[in-house]
Amino acid sequence: MKKVDEMFAYYLDLALRSLKRNKALTGLMIITIGFGVAASMTTWSVFRAVSGDPIPWKSSKLFVPQIDNWGPAGHGPKDTSKEPPDAMDYTDAIALMRDHRAKYQSAMYQVGAAVTPQRVGQHPITAIGEAVYSEFFPMLDVPFKYGSGWSAADDDHRAQVAVISSHLNDKAFGGGDSVGKTLNVDGHEYRVVGVLGDWHPQPQFYDVVNTGGFSEGGGNIFVPFTTAIANSMNNNGNTNCVDAPKEPGFVGLQHSECVWIAFMVQLDDAAAVQQYKQYLDNYAAVQQQAGRFTWSPNNRLRGLMDWLDHEHVVPSDTKISLYVALGLLLVCLVNTAGLLLAKFLRRASEIGVRRALGASRREIYTQFLIESGMVGVAGGVLGLALTGLGISGVSWVLPRDIAALAHLDVSLLITTLAVAIVATMLAGLYPTMRAAAVQPAWQLKSN
Amino acid sequence: MLKMTHLSKVYRTEVVETYALRDFNIDVKEGEFVAVMGPSGSGKTTFLTIAGLLESFTGGEYLLDGVDVSNLGDNARSKIRNEKIGFVFQSFNLIPDLNVHDNVEVPLRYRGMKSAERQKRIQDALERVGLASRMKHYPAELSGGQQQRVAIARALAGSPRLLLADEPTGNLDTQMARGVMELLEEIHRGGATIVMVTHDPELATRAQRSVHVIDGQAVDIAEEPRFHARGDRAEAHAGA
Repeated sequence: MKKVDEMFAYYLDLALRSLKRNKALTGLMIITIGFGVAASMTTWSVFRAVSGDPIPWKSSKLFVPQIDNWGPAGHGPKDTSKEPPDAMDYTDAIALMRDHRAKYQSAMYQVGAAVTPQRVGQHPITAIGEAVYSEFFPMLDVPFKYGSGWSAADDDHRAQVAVISSHLNDKAFGGGDSVGKTLNVDGHEYRVVGVLGDWHPQPQFYDVVNTGGFSEGGGNIFVPFTTAIANSMNNNGNTNCVDAPKEPGFVGLQHSECVWIAFMVQLDDAAAVQQYKQYLDNYAAVQQQAGRFTWSPNNRLRGLMDWLDHEHVVPSDTKISLYVALGLLLVCLVNTAGLLLAKFLRRASEIGVRRALGASRREIYTQFLIESGMVGVAGGVLGLALTGLGISGVSWVLPRDIAALAHLDVSLLITTLAVAIVATMLAGLYPTMRAAAVQPAWQLKSN
Repeated sequence: MLKMTHLSKVYRTEVVETYALRDFNIDVKEGEFVAVMGPSGSGKTTFLTIAGLLESFTGGEYLLDGVDVSNLGDNARSKIRNEKIGFVFQSFNLIPDLNVHDNVEVPLRYRGMKSAERQKRIQDALERVGLASRMKHYPAELSGGQQQRVAIARALAGSPRLLLADEPTGNLDTQMARGVMELLEEIHRGGATIVMVTHDPELATRAQRSVHVIDGQAVDIAEEPRFHARGDRAEAHAGA
């Protein structure tokens, strides 16, 4: 082992000397690698932020049901997809909640409210949040700092309770355990039952229909869906209609076929998924018999990741820039390979001498691969610095709410270095092979 | 020490086959100092690179220190080069990036020798060639004669039993050449076997024996040069 360490140190020393010898060429290689790595890592950090699984331990059990309450009228003449609407109307959402066929389920819609804390002299704060059912919290494993969610009984009784984010807790109460304190929301008194821990899922997967996936400042207050309806808290998100509501106001919206409610269910196994699908079809068939739908059942039950993909939560320009950056990295690698080849083959006579003096092909191989690796390390360090710059600059090319998600963390740090080293060693593979294949006899004869 | 029997070396291209050596026979005994002479292109350097395991051969047999080397892999060949053979080249072949000390150290590194022993050997070898005071110099800072002495020190440091020298004085003036020759003779007296390729008859007389390579074949100087008719040669080769 000691012998191996000693050889490794020897090769490192040789690599350093060789790289120092031609500083311009070495600098060129390091810059090439640095830029290639930085470009791909910067875009990857954005891509990673927008395309990641927001709840990896559970996403396979979470599903989004869709019911076609519009029929053929919901599609334009050119739209042949037959996709049901992305969201639900009030009638179907309430029916699904009442039937309660999944392990957990929650209808939800986005609310925006003026929150006034019970502290003298405090100004109202605008808080954006979500009206949800009690099962929302266990379904999504929402972490609590203080207290908990509310009960099913609170749903039934339209209790005036609220769960708030740590951020709103800081702003309204100055932090601390605020469970039991009272908050005035749009003129109604709500009792705080829970304060969330650090929970900022990106994308905001539970309601992509209303949040668009990524938004700043959402998820600050959660109130019971039933209470929000009773208190006429208007929908703060999107509403889509085929026909205008027949009655005016929020009640008119509830009686219309307009869609504005997001829905999520937890189904633990394949059998449960099958049963739920069957249930949705039965439900639609009953609606058809009752004359509400004049078309046969057309429902969907998508898994969460499938759903995010369907909703195009990852913006396509992010994907394109990732491909462009990877292409750039490839070009940089090919360039580096060329530079390394030139550098290594210029030392053919040194290789010949080393071979004559007892270096095996493998030892030459190791020596030159370590030299490539050293260029990779230097390129990686430069790449890291440039990635840091790049991340602070992505807001120039990408939408602000998406750019804000990209950040330099330990995993990106390690990945950047690893990508630089592995990529450079890959680029060095062919030049190294050529170096190790140098025929010592020819080198020595030609001198 | 070094025995080649019916050895041949053929360079093939798509259209031509060139025999660099054919039916080449030589037997160098342990402790001998042999000069190998011959005109340019006769195959003497090819003989030396094959003898030094730097190149493979096409046919025949080669025993180095009693070992048949024809089927050895790269690692085994490299180990033999490193431990048993020392090389001295016409153009010195020092590594320009490394100073004198580090150049002499190269073969010892590949042997995996401990640092203390390496230092001792480097010191001893450089003292023998009279350059111990130049350890930190780079090759470009030395004269040709000094460079060749460093190359000899590099070959000596590994205490090889066989020293292969290819025109060791070819690039040196008379005075420097004399110094290098004296060094080689001293090494020979120390017990090493030396095979030296040269085209200088005067140098060759300093060896115990001369072998001429003519047209890819070895002819001992003691014998009359043999000139074969074409047919004979083909026959001789067929027997190889």
